[in-house]
Amino acid sequence: MKAYFGRRYMLSASHRLHSDALSAEQNQAAYGKCNNPHGHGHNYVIEVLVGGKVDAETGMVVNLVDLDAVVRKKVVDRFDHTNLNRDPLFVNRVPTTENLCRAVFALLNEATVTGKLEYVRVEETENNFFQVSGSE
Amino acid sequence: MVELTRRATFSAAHYYWNEAWSAEKNEQVFGRCANRNGHGHNYTLEVTVSGEPDPVTGFVIDLKWLKDVIESEVMKAYDHRHLNLEVPEFAHTNPTTENIAIAAWKRMESAVNAAKGARLSRVRVYETPEIFAEYRGEK
Repeated sequence: MKAYFGRRYMLSASHRLHSDALSAEQNQAAYGKCNNPHGHGHNYVIEVLVGGKVDAETGMVVNLVDLDAVVRKKVVDRFDHTNLNRDPLFVNRVPTTENLCRAVFALLNEATVTGKLEYVRVEETENNFFQVSGSE
Repeated sequence: MVELTRRATFSAAHYYWNEAWSAEKNEQVFGRCANRNGHGHNYTLEVTVSGEPDPVTGFVIDLKWLKDVIESEVMKAYDHRHLNLEVPEFAHTNPTTENIAIAAWKRMESAVNAAKGARLSRVRVYETPEIFAEYRGEK
């Protein structure tokens, strides 16, 4: 029987939205206060949903301990208390939460966990969130 | 089609244990969850029903009616209970969050689907605000 297991993780990071392809004025117009020179930060919530067969012996789609280990190693330890702009993934890519969400999906999708990665949702604040699904 | 979701909360005790395994294997796989004295959670159940709004009432389903179904079919059996010891479907099945979502679906499915035009489309169970499982009726 197919079911889904979801888990929410938190990480805090800073970023600045700025594109080298745009002039100073264009950056200011596109990103507003998110373009302020020294950056700002968020408490990001990363919600991960894994789908798969419920294992008959354990009753689980995925063991929480295994999922936690992968997400902590691949994502939380990498980004928590860092400046996203300094991460190699964002050297030539603006660390918008759209792009962070895609990066997290790619990092987790290549890691081995039981089941299929259905979606990664990144909540930047309580009022906005972004989601990338496996079908994309 | 419109989806509507009703939330309910219940508090219950449980532990994880596979009777076919040794105590050592249970402790290795399930960790603290295998403590036979049990532990508990404040669970949040989210029940999502989909359908077309009725042209007269504007309802997909009467929320009060859905609330009563959740109460009589799930809450009455699970709230302030020990899931392993007091709920029949978990006598020999691990009450993981995944299995609770599936069992809650089975308890409500016939009642909800008997309501004209509405279908049960999703049951999500939060074990804590950070851990949840979901069942969508798939085989």
